[in-house]
Order: sequence, then structure tokens, then C-alpha cells
Amino acid sequence: MIEIKGLTKKYGQFKALDNLNLTLSEGTVFGFVGANGAGKSTTFLILATLLQPTAGDVFIDGVNIRKNPQAVRKMIGYMPDFFGVYDQLKADEYLDFYGASYGIPEAERQKLIPQLLELVNLSHKRHAYVDLLSRGMKQRLCLARSLIHDPKVLILDEPASGLDPRARVEMRDILRTLKKMGKTILISSHILPELAEMCDEIGVIDNGRLIAHGSVAEIQDKLRGERVITVRLAGQLDNTIAFFEEDPYVTNIEQLDANDGISFSYKGTEEDQVILLKRAIMNNIPILSFMEHVTNLEDVFMEITKGAD
Amino acid sequence: MKMNFNNPVLFKELKLRFRSPKSFIGILFYLIAMCIFVFGFIYATMTVSGTSYFRPSESFILFGLLAFIQLGLVLFITPGLTAGAISSEREKQTLSILLTTSQSSFQIISGKLSSSIAFLLLLIVAGLPVYSLVFLFGGISPLDFVKVFLFLFVTLLAIGSVGVMFSTLIRRTIVSMIATYGTMLFLSVVTGFIFLIVLQMTAFNHTGTGAPTTSYLGHILASINPAILFASFLSQGMGDSISEMTQVKFPIWIGYLIFYLSLTVISLLISVKKLRVNMKRSK
Repeated sequence: MIEIKGLTKKYGQFKALDNLNLTLSEGTVFGFVGANGAGKSTTFLILATLLQPTAGDVFIDGVNIRKNPQAVRKMIGYMPDFFGVYDQLKADEYLDFYGASYGIPEAERQKLIPQLLELVNLSHKRHAYVDLLSRGMKQRLCLARSLIHDPKVLILDEPASGLDPRARVEMRDILRTLKKMGKTILISSHILPELAEMCDEIGVIDNGRLIAHGSVAEIQDKLRGERVITVRLAGQLDNTIAFFEEDPYVTNIEQLDANDGISFSYKGTEEDQVILLKRAIMNNIPILSFMEHVTNLEDVFMEITKGAD
Repeated sequence: MKMNFNNPVLFKELKLRFRSPKSFIGILFYLIAMCIFVFGFIYATMTVSGTSYFRPSESFILFGLLAFIQLGLVLFITPGLTAGAISSEREKQTLSILLTTSQSSFQIISGKLSSSIAFLLLLIVAGLPVYSLVFLFGGISPLDFVKVFLFLFVTLLAIGSVGVMFSTLIRRTIVSMIATYGTMLFLSVVTGFIFLIVLQMTAFNHTGTGAPTTSYLGHILASINPAILFASFLSQGMGDSISEMTQVKFPIWIGYLIFYLSLTVISLLISVKKLRVNMKRSK
């Protein structure tokens, strides 16, 4: 559905995007994660036909955005990270204006608008002035607006930024519904865990380069090369340290603060880890607990972007 | 460029404009300014002449002055209405969403311009009852009236298009407004001033020779100055004397139409071309 080939955007000597390549199939929910200024919004602006790329091509459903931006606009629904609303317009009038802007006949718009407001849980605000809605409501209304012409692709730039926890949950629920509807969704965030739950694929961008791309599990596995394991003991601290030091995959052994165990980094596979635990028990090491630290997605992101500098 | 009369931007703009009390206050002050002038003129004329009636010739002077006042008001209001058409959308962060819709650039630009022009026409129409006072006293032919309004419309269309163009090219509304007011002042004041200088210089160069020379520059300047054009409408002798002074027989109203319609078309073409980024590969 989306094919990005060698996409580059330069501002003078500064490369905001550097040879970005990405292919997404229909119905994929793709999370674009990166720090502020990494190149997420630049990519989205190009996809939304709002910014001219310096080099490279983008195809949406086979249509080149350089050659036929007008056709691309009909296929995409774009929600920018920062957007304004027209004061003095009511929620239904706001949607009606954009519906008319996409050439949807009035009779059809009148049927669509209540459905869209229902989808984003704003039916009760139908006649409320848009500028009086809360930020979360405006975000949801803007999402409804981006859906009015039933686009195949949704480009959502930080849709949950600045929302309170309840509004975030509501936004996530709506995106799940859209995923079920089979939309191809590109969604950006600088918070990886926020995307992990709802995305099929994740791309990590840093300094304009796509430095990791795959499923959430694949990206987490990238860090699994080195896990941190904590072992709590019922004694024999010195013997235990000596035992683990002999293992070729164990490094950075440290005593726990309470002197009741150790922690170490482990580079072996999960099978190797099972064998290590079996061997420790067979060597009569008094293990109370043997625990792998669950890798935090924030740590994954920090680790990946650290390596890219 | 396909003309779509079902223009969503136009309807949205009109809806927003008439939901704001500012528009009604604007109309109120426009009419108050017109009324103060008309009734002030009538009062002053009657006081000076010591009569309680109004002669047709005085009525024509009133019509002329009223036309100038209206021209001044329109020239003053048009940049304020149009110079923020696109840049204010950009400042309110609504432009990017508007540009991702499937509306053509021409539809957006024409919608913005038409809504401002519609408001200006409303101002002019709202001022008609004040003009009707002039008809009450006679001395004005319907043709004079139509001519003045037709050229007023051409002028506001051109200045409005220039405003929309600057609003498209310049990111900030305040800068766009300064550029539009600057253009308006150049066309309505500076050209008149240069016209006078050019005529003086031409006359000075040939003093004593008795041979009048042709001044194309002077004629062009006269043809693009709204005040000179309106003066030529209100006084037939004025149009003839300009032709005598410049030695160019081409009617200035035709020059005016050509210049202002070209300015309108060029400004709108630039606006349409520059509204959206060019996605094609840069060479």
C-alpha cells in the first residue's frame, strides 16, 4: 500500500531525512517512533503532499505522490501534530465543511457525520462550537475529519500528544476500531510503549535515518542479545560468583545491595540460560530466585537511538 | 481551472464572517461615515447658500464626492479583508489540513477572494440608500452611477487579488497587510503624484517652444490611478484635458480596465501556483 524509496529531505546542508526506505502492506498499523526532530513529521508532511522531498519517491496504492498529488490526497486522511480549528463553527459544521471539500454530496454528508461523531464518541457534542471542545475532543474530532472521505491510509502525527490518560485510552480504542476496519495507519509518537500495543510494525527513526524496522517483538529481540539477570541466594555468595564467572556468556557480575545475591549480564540464548540455571542447581547453589529483568520499551528505544549517534 | 460554484471555502467563510459581530460593526461604521459626510455636506451647502433646497449641480458635486469617499473606503477596507486570507489560515494552523483536501488550489483561492468581495459588495449595497439621497435631488444619470460602481468593483477585485497573492506568498498576516496597503497606496497616491511631476517636467522642457510633446508615461500613470479615473468620469473636461496634456488619445478608462484586470489575473495565477508546494522533482 505504501512504498517509500530513498526519501531524502535537505534544508541547506541539514538532512532532515536521509535515504528512507520503507514498504507497508495494506491494513498494517505502522508506528513511527523517534525523538523530537528525528524526522517523523517531515516524513508525514511529504506523505501528505505538503512538503517537497529533495530526492526519492513515495507511492501510495501505486500512485506516485510527485506525479499525482491530487489523487493521493483522496486516498489519505492526515492529522497533523499541531492543528487549529475554526472558531464559530460547530462540530457537525466542521465535518460538513471538510466533507464538502472532498466533494461528498450533501445528502451523503448528512448520513456520514452522525456516524463519524459516534465513532469518536462525540455525538453529544454535535452542536457544540469546536473551539470550546477540550483538547482530547478536538483530537478526536480531527480524527473524524480525517476519516470523512473514507481514506485507505491514515497518517496520524502524534495523535495522543498532550492528552490526559483517559483521552489517550479513548484514542487508542478508536485506533483499534480503525485497525479492524482494515485501514492502513501510520502513527507517530516519541513514546514507544504508547505505540507498542496497537502497532503491527514499528520503525525507529533517528537523525533522519530509519535505524530499526520490524514488529515490536523483533525490535525488543534486538536488545535481547544482552539481558540482565538477578539471582537471590540463601548463602554461599563467593561460591556462586565463582560459578557464574566460569560461564562464557556471563559478564558484569555485581553483588546486590543487600548482599543476598548477584546480578549479571547474560549474552547467551534462552536455551543457554535454561542450561545455566540447571547447572547452578546441580552444583548445589542455594538459589531463592532467578529472574530476568523485563526489558522496558523505553530502554529499547534509548538503547537503539544511542547506537545511532 | 474548473469553476465550481459550489465552493465550500466560500460558504464556510461567509458563515464565519457573519457569525462574528465584527462584520456588523464594520458595516455600521461604514454607513455612519457615509451618512456623516452626506448630511454634513447637505447641511453645509444649505447653510452657506442660505436656502432650503439643493440644486442639481450641487447634487452632482455631492455624488462626485460621495464616489470618492466610497472609493477611499473600499481601497482602505479591501487590503484588511484579503491580506490575511491565506496567511491567517497558516497562523491558525488550519491551512495544512485544508491543503490535504481534494479541493483545487483555484477553488480555495477563489473561495477566499469571493467571500471578501461579497462582503465589500454588501458594504456598497448597504450604502445605496445613502446614494439615493443624491438621486432625490436630481442631476445624476443612471449611466454615471453604473460607471462608478463598475469601476469600483474592478478596483476592489484587483486590490483584493493582490491581497490574496501577498497572503499566499508571505507567511505572516501583518507583513502581507503592509505589502498590500503599500501596493494600494502606490496605485492610488504615488502614481498620481508621479503623474503630476511627469506633466510638470514635460511642460517645463518645452516652455516657449509651443510644441506639445507626447508623454506615454504620464498617460499610463493617469490610466492606473483610480482617483484620476473617477475624476474623469465626474468631469468630462478632465478626461479631455488629460489627453491634451499627454498628447495620447487612448481613453484612460480602457487603460484602467486592461491594467486592473491584468493585475487581477496575474495575482490570482500566482496565488494558485504558490498555494501548494510543487511535488515534482526540482531540476
